[in-house]
Amino acid sequence: MARISLKNLRHSYRPVPSAESDWALKRFEMTFPDGSANALLGPSGCGKTTLLNVISGLLKPSEGSVWFDDRDVTLLPPDARQIAQVFQFPVVYDTMSVYDNLAFPLRNRGVAGNEVDRRVREIAEMLDLGDMLDRKASGLTADGKQKISLGRGLVRSDVNVIMFDEPLTVIDPELKWRLRSKLKELHRRLGITMIYVTHDQTEALTFADSVVVMNDGQVVQAGTPVDLFERPQHTFVGHFIGSPGMNLLPATFDGGVARFAGHALRLGANPATVPAGAELQIGVRPEFVSFAGSGIPVSIEKVADAGRFRVVETRHGEFSIRLLVGEDMPLPSESAFLQFDAAFTYLYADGWRQGGEPG
Amino acid sequence: MRRVKWLLPALYILFVLLPIYWLLNMSFKTTNEILGSFTWWPGHITLENYRTILTDPTWYTGYLNSLAYVLMNTVISVSLALPAAYAFSRYRFMGDKHLFFWLLSNRMAPPAVFALPFFQLYSAIGLFDTHVAVALAHCLFNIPLAVWILEGFMSGVPKELDETAFVDGYPFWRFFIRIFIPTIAAGIGVAAFFCFMFSWVELLLAKTLTAVVAKPIAAVMTRTASTSGYELGLLAAAGALTIIPGAFVIYFVRNYIAKGFALGRV
Amino acid sequence: MSGRTPNQKAWWLVMPVVLLVAFNAVIPLMTVVNYSVQETFGDNQFFFEGVTWFEQILHSSRFHDALERQLLFTAIVLAIEVPLGVAIALAMPRSGAWSSVCLVLMAMPLLIPWNVVGAMWNIFALPDIGLLGHSLNALGFDYNFTRQPLAAWSTLVAMDVWHWTSLVVLLAYAGLSAIPTAFYQAAKIDGASAWAVFCYIQLPKMKRVLMIAVLLRFMDSFMIYTEAIVLTGGGPGNSTSLLSIDLVKIALGQFDLGPAAAMSLIYFLIILLLSWVFYAVMTRDEAQS
Repeated sequence: MARISLKNLRHSYRPVPSAESDWALKRFEMTFPDGSANALLGPSGCGKTTLLNVISGLLKPSEGSVWFDDRDVTLLPPDARQIAQVFQFPVVYDTMSVYDNLAFPLRNRGVAGNEVDRRVREIAEMLDLGDMLDRKASGLTADGKQKISLGRGLVRSDVNVIMFDEPLTVIDPELKWRLRSKLKELHRRLGITMIYVTHDQTEALTFADSVVVMNDGQVVQAGTPVDLFERPQHTFVGHFIGSPGMNLLPATFDGGVARFAGHALRLGANPATVPAGAELQIGVRPEFVSFAGSGIPVSIEKVADAGRFRVVETRHGEFSIRLLVGEDMPLPSESAFLQFDAAFTYLYADGWRQGGEPG
Repeated sequence: MRRVKWLLPALYILFVLLPIYWLLNMSFKTTNEILGSFTWWPGHITLENYRTILTDPTWYTGYLNSLAYVLMNTVISVSLALPAAYAFSRYRFMGDKHLFFWLLSNRMAPPAVFALPFFQLYSAIGLFDTHVAVALAHCLFNIPLAVWILEGFMSGVPKELDETAFVDGYPFWRFFIRIFIPTIAAGIGVAAFFCFMFSWVELLLAKTLTAVVAKPIAAVMTRTASTSGYELGLLAAAGALTIIPGAFVIYFVRNYIAKGFALGRV
Repeated sequence: MSGRTPNQKAWWLVMPVVLLVAFNAVIPLMTVVNYSVQETFGDNQFFFEGVTWFEQILHSSRFHDALERQLLFTAIVLAIEVPLGVAIALAMPRSGAWSSVCLVLMAMPLLIPWNVVGAMWNIFALPDIGLLGHSLNALGFDYNFTRQPLAAWSTLVAMDVWHWTSLVVLLAYAGLSAIPTAFYQAAKIDGASAWAVFCYIQLPKMKRVLMIAVLLRFMDSFMIYTEAIVLTGGGPGNSTSLLSIDLVKIALGQFDLGPAAAMSLIYFLIILLLSWVFYAVMTRDEAQS
């Protein structure tokens, strides 16, 4: 187990980067606490795999350093960092049995025979592979093979961190949740620091204690799932997380008051000023919008049934605003008024939330 | 260890280039100089050999003949192989597996076995000593090869493409020519490359089926070796010139070489 | 070959191919079978001889010698070309400009007409005026491939290695390129040595491609004709008269149609049998994985 710290990190795949866009990872600092379960969430190309490879040592960063506890490991190769990595598709040694696959990392490090046997059986038990040890690895299904990949990382007792690079990509949907819960169970049992890269928000939000949202090489926000949901710092986090995503409406800011279409709105965080010339938006999640007797006048356009609740799409002028309504609640007939819950309504300038931490 | 690793490919390439360099060396010498002494490069560079070949009709028609039947063969092989490969890739029909194996087995046919029978067959139908004869004869092993390669590429194209086109109302041939063929353009390139290669290098059948009119350059070279004594310089120049089309073709398909072999379908 | 719809009309699509190949394959073969069971007396008179020619060939020491030489040649050539080709492919950089240049240069021998290959090596190996011949003799070896069987064999083998190893390299290289980097990364993390990476990752994943390489080289070396005959003419004496060379001598040289035809059929059958065996092993392997 280890605490992972990244200091002043920046990486470019180009030998001589010039423009800002040449940097695959833009400058940032981050610490993953010892024993935590973390997710790196973001769309394809956002730099999450690059970051993962920097931590595992498969990639040396252009600038900055990587620390495990108090050791600077930036220049160490992967096998010296005591890490484990599970890749997008199962990586198993086809010609070996399941047992030999799991024993491989230990044997390479010269561990004694009976110790190897003990560890292999212990991990196989944890992963429900106990009765398959003699089978040839190539004969297992995809989720079985991913378990072997994972197992090879767990057999080593000195593992600092386990990294997952979209490991459920090739797994059948009905087996995905089973593997996910197994991962969570293992984390609780073993307390190893885990970093999980994915573009699927459900995976990230259910697995991790702390989620790092990335976009375009930048860390946009890092926090607990609840944080990301209720207090998004960036419009990207707002619309990427949650289904449907956050409502974003053009706004004005005048004399300390934010307005949408002329209506003054109270905010969860009160900014004093906003940057000049920035594009201003009001953001509020459909969960925090409700029908009311007065407020912003809208007409009801569409109602979609999503099981326990309904997604109602309303219109004010040329803008559409979505809100969630319980399945049994009555809907106003044609036109109505909307209220935004002030505690969860925010002002964004060029995408970034204004006004400091919400009270 | 890492540095030493590429010593092996480097040495091998040196080995590959050595005889070629020697050939070029000889081609720039007169036969007298060759037979007289041993030198690493020509004491007196002469272009006489090349001049002879490029001006003497007996020589240069040899090249033209070879190119003619090779191109004919490539066109025939690939065009006929395209519909056949499509059939193997998209349909199941009676005897398809056996047919495929039978086709492949022809790739394994030793030309020596067919030399005499071909001579008799093509003479009997009056095609002896024509370019067409050699082009058709080479189809024996080039068509199976082309079908094999094309089927591999076609299987990589999802059937949904075909089905969408049919649903959109495309008649089969329009779909095939306008939509399907551009999709497998790389495969056609690879198949054409291999057909060109095998037809260009094969000489037993080419010599057996020709006499004067369609005589390939190989026959011209061997005839020269036997009748007018050992005109080494001339032979060397002729040989050097045969390498050029090959070098050209490789250069043009260099990006696809690995891809074609990747199918493992040579 | 999965996901195909049954459709007998597909026969129309394969018909042109079947007709052309059958024309080239079936008719000549019928001719050969015809000759193999008959005796000819010049004037187009034929007498049925049954299996006489087959017996003659199968019992002739000339055929046995040629077959032995052929098997020896193929064995030697395979033993050199396959490991060498794989080693070169492993040593090459996996991508980049250099690998392109290497591949292009190595592909050159494959596109040279086979008679030119023979002629090139002939000139190269001549004892007095060829680079190889001259150098070997200068270094103290007594080398003359036109007179010494051993020298002739060595030169023949060297020529074939020069000619065809590149094919194995290209195939092996393609097979290696298909291995995803994740495997190498995982092996690094597992602390595997370079030898372990070769045994457990590279070799297993190249299996199919290697089998194709072995199959092709086996077949083609078994059929070698043009470059061998231009290099040595089958000599000195008979020492390098491999199967194809011997067959053509009998067929086109002596016009002994009967024995030539019988030998052709036996030759063809040997190759078919071996290729069928390889094909079966290959597809069975594919079905398993």
